[in-house]
Amino acid sequence: MIEIVEVRKVFNAGRHNEYTALAGVSCSIASGQVTVFKGPSGSGKTTLLSIVGCMARPTSGRVVLAGRDITSLPERFLTEVRRRKFGFVFQQFNLIKGITALENVMLPAYPLGERRAALEARALGLFELLCIADRAREKAELLSGGEMQRVAIARALINTPETVIADEPTAHLDSRLSREFMEIVGRLKREGKTTIIASHDPLVYESEIVDRVISVRDGKIEPGDP
Amino acid sequence: MILHPAIIALLTASVLTLLMVLAASFLGVRILGRWDLSSGSELQLELERRTYLISTILSHAFVFQLASLFLFVRTIDDLCTLFSGSMCAAGTLDANVYGYPALALKVATSLLAGVWLIVNYADNQACDYPLIRRKYRLLLAIAPLVVAEAGLSFAFFLGLKPDIITSCCGSLFSRDAANLASDIVALPAGPMMAALYAALALVFASGGFFLRTGRGGALFSTAAVTAAVLAVASIFSFLSLYIYELPTHHCPFCVLQREYGYVGYPLYAAILGGAIAGAGVGVLMPSRRIESLKDVVPALQRRLCVAALLCFALFAVLATYEILASNLTL
Amino acid sequence: MSRLEKQRNILDYTLSSLLRRKGKNAALTLVFTLVVFMVASAVLFAQAVRREASLVLKDTPEIIVQRTVAGRQGLVPEAYVERIAAIRGVSAVRGRLWGYYFDDAFGGANYTLMVPDAFPYEPGTIVVGGEVARNSRTRVDNLLPFKAHDGTVRGYRIGEILPTESALVSADLILMTEPDFRSLFGIPAAEVTDIVLSVRNPQEIATIAHKIAALLPDTRPIVRDEILRTYDAVFAWRAGLLLAILAGSVAAFIIFAWDRATGLSAEERREIGILKAVGWETGDVLTMKFWEGAVVSLSSFLAGIALAYAHVFFASATLFEPVIKGWSVLYPDFRLTPSVNAPEMAALFFITVVPYTVATIVPSWRAATIDPDAVMRF
Repeated sequence: MIEIVEVRKVFNAGRHNEYTALAGVSCSIASGQVTVFKGPSGSGKTTLLSIVGCMARPTSGRVVLAGRDITSLPERFLTEVRRRKFGFVFQQFNLIKGITALENVMLPAYPLGERRAALEARALGLFELLCIADRAREKAELLSGGEMQRVAIARALINTPETVIADEPTAHLDSRLSREFMEIVGRLKREGKTTIIASHDPLVYESEIVDRVISVRDGKIEPGDP
Repeated sequence: MILHPAIIALLTASVLTLLMVLAASFLGVRILGRWDLSSGSELQLELERRTYLISTILSHAFVFQLASLFLFVRTIDDLCTLFSGSMCAAGTLDANVYGYPALALKVATSLLAGVWLIVNYADNQACDYPLIRRKYRLLLAIAPLVVAEAGLSFAFFLGLKPDIITSCCGSLFSRDAANLASDIVALPAGPMMAALYAALALVFASGGFFLRTGRGGALFSTAAVTAAVLAVASIFSFLSLYIYELPTHHCPFCVLQREYGYVGYPLYAAILGGAIAGAGVGVLMPSRRIESLKDVVPALQRRLCVAALLCFALFAVLATYEILASNLTL
Repeated sequence: MSRLEKQRNILDYTLSSLLRRKGKNAALTLVFTLVVFMVASAVLFAQAVRREASLVLKDTPEIIVQRTVAGRQGLVPEAYVERIAAIRGVSAVRGRLWGYYFDDAFGGANYTLMVPDAFPYEPGTIVVGGEVARNSRTRVDNLLPFKAHDGTVRGYRIGEILPTESALVSADLILMTEPDFRSLFGIPAAEVTDIVLSVRNPQEIATIAHKIAALLPDTRPIVRDEILRTYDAVFAWRAGLLLAILAGSVAAFIIFAWDRATGLSAEERREIGILKAVGWETGDVLTMKFWEGAVVSLSSFLAGIALAYAHVFFASATLFEPVIKGWSVLYPDFRLTPSVNAPEMAALFFITVVPYTVATIVPSWRAATIDPDAVMRF
């Protein structure tokens, strides 16, 4: 369970281009559920995702993860927490060109010092799960949009995290692929994983798999949402 | 000045180390002033990023410092042929007034560098940088020594002119010369040997006790540093005699030469290693009480203790071997 | 979890990353190798020549006694030999006859003429060094003409040519009998060029030199170790001079390396952002940068030294020869004994790899502290 209390995030503080992305946000995210942050671009939902997912530290406020206050953790330990508990799927997939899909998927586990053979086996298992096993050894730039999305999901799952976070996952996908994505989310939910998605795509936030929708606007959560 | 390639290399290393330590010190001062872990402000994030930089700079600087100590000793030993009257490093160092102070400071900074690296490592294991202030204060204490050492090294090498008549180690380290070295040398061999072995025994005993019970770390640390000092003194006073198989040759530098199997290097390396690891255990003692380091520090201290014991064991084995295998009987 | 596996994984990624940008990295490695090659050649060559010189001087007598007349070297009376022999601790004293002869034919060359201890040939025959024969375009059994002190021309038969192994000392050497020498140069019977002596106990050399100077005030005793020291210093000084000149290129290379490290392309920046976004922390990226530097610098270092080794010991350091050995018409073509020792390698390491590493610390750190947050917004 993730709890954020009065979190503020200010960029370029004290300078002429000071910008407040989040202006005092509080909410709790239940485990095992699919939560969607809904809102237009510029509403601060990406910033909210990065703070919930331990990728950034709030300017003020607290972040509590499973009862542990992680607000002041220095980067090294925050990253430790993040890579074990969270998997990220980015808007642009962000795969590294020039290396194979398999290597892309194994990357997040490199610093953990696992034996390569075991790592590769697990990665290939994920490829199987997502039905793209035959594309595992292709260079990342040669994959189609849908294949890249699945590779990105596989990469997010390589360290068997409890929570998967996706930022505008359907932004570059057609309806068919978007529905396939939500199906995969459903599968993850059945496995007990928590999923947090930021999206302004109705196909996402109106899906029946979604348990809770939180509206975000101008760096604040809109009242009416618990 | 002698434009010897090794001298150029050593001076380059000196300059670079000096610059790195000074840069790290300036950056560190800022951290000391504004560090506030609980704040999520951009300044704090910047300071945290900066502490990585300082850590990296200093790790490099101190590793180079330790390496250049060995190159320094080897070089001045090789250079001895350029000075009439000298047969080993002792003569080169005596060629001008900066030699011995430069060496002494180099050893001191190497020791402190090792200790700093240990404290840095411990600090990085905890999630709230508990030792950060202590660490940078230590750095500010080391910085002037590094500056002085660089200055002395430069003065020493720049002042070297070949053909200077300088003393041979025979006259520098004999009983009749009026300096500190000769005082050590004049100490009778028997009691010195007894003192050395007693000190080593204390190190092993207190180390074993510390490993088993986790107490007595301060005692162990003191024992280790004392033993290291005694070990160096004993090389002067009797170990050298056994190695050279001559009852009057007390020079601590000739052991570094080929004809004695370069045995000086492992001996001194073991002493330095034992001193750094032992001192590290002692320096970390106050940190045991810190909440976030409660689990980390004892384990680290145990590893350091084992490392120190191994170093002293190596020294003891080598020293005893030299004594037993020598043709000299005192 | 294992530290070793972690390093292996990161090293793996580093290698693949380096290979993906072959062009840039190849240029860097090439230039680095070149720099190491130049510096290593200078150092290896100078050390080798010094070693050679000290080996050659090893068997020379401990003290040479010369006589100075009005500050210049004059002939020594043979009677001095007995007086020196009477000093305690001296062994094997003898007078030597040797001198220089300038041959203005064939481009002009200075030969060293000497009367050795034991000369197996009769008067009228000489033994010459390799370069002498080459320069005079002559061979065994031919006659070599010399202009004597009284203006007459003497011809001597060449009995033997000295082998090339001794080239460093014998290249310009001519050996002849004592009567031939004295008559060629007009040196009276009771005089010699200088006196050499051996000393049994090395500790006594300085004392004996002082005694000789006191006993025979018009003489100047020269101790062999002083010669060794002087050569040592000269070669070391010349090597150092070369290095000082090369310092410019080393500095230029460091600036190039720093510039290369600082100028991350947008693609590289994106990659590091992705790495940090998927869970690599700053320390891990720093480790990757460290491996990058290590792979480039170590491979350049080894390649540079290997090339320098080949250059110095197989090609006789053609590029640096004149600077280190000095100028002379007659220079022997000899092979240096290949050898490399740890302090030399350490010195080279400190002059090349260490500055490179230091220059890349700040750029590496800047790369490693790229904010993963930014990746989210691409």
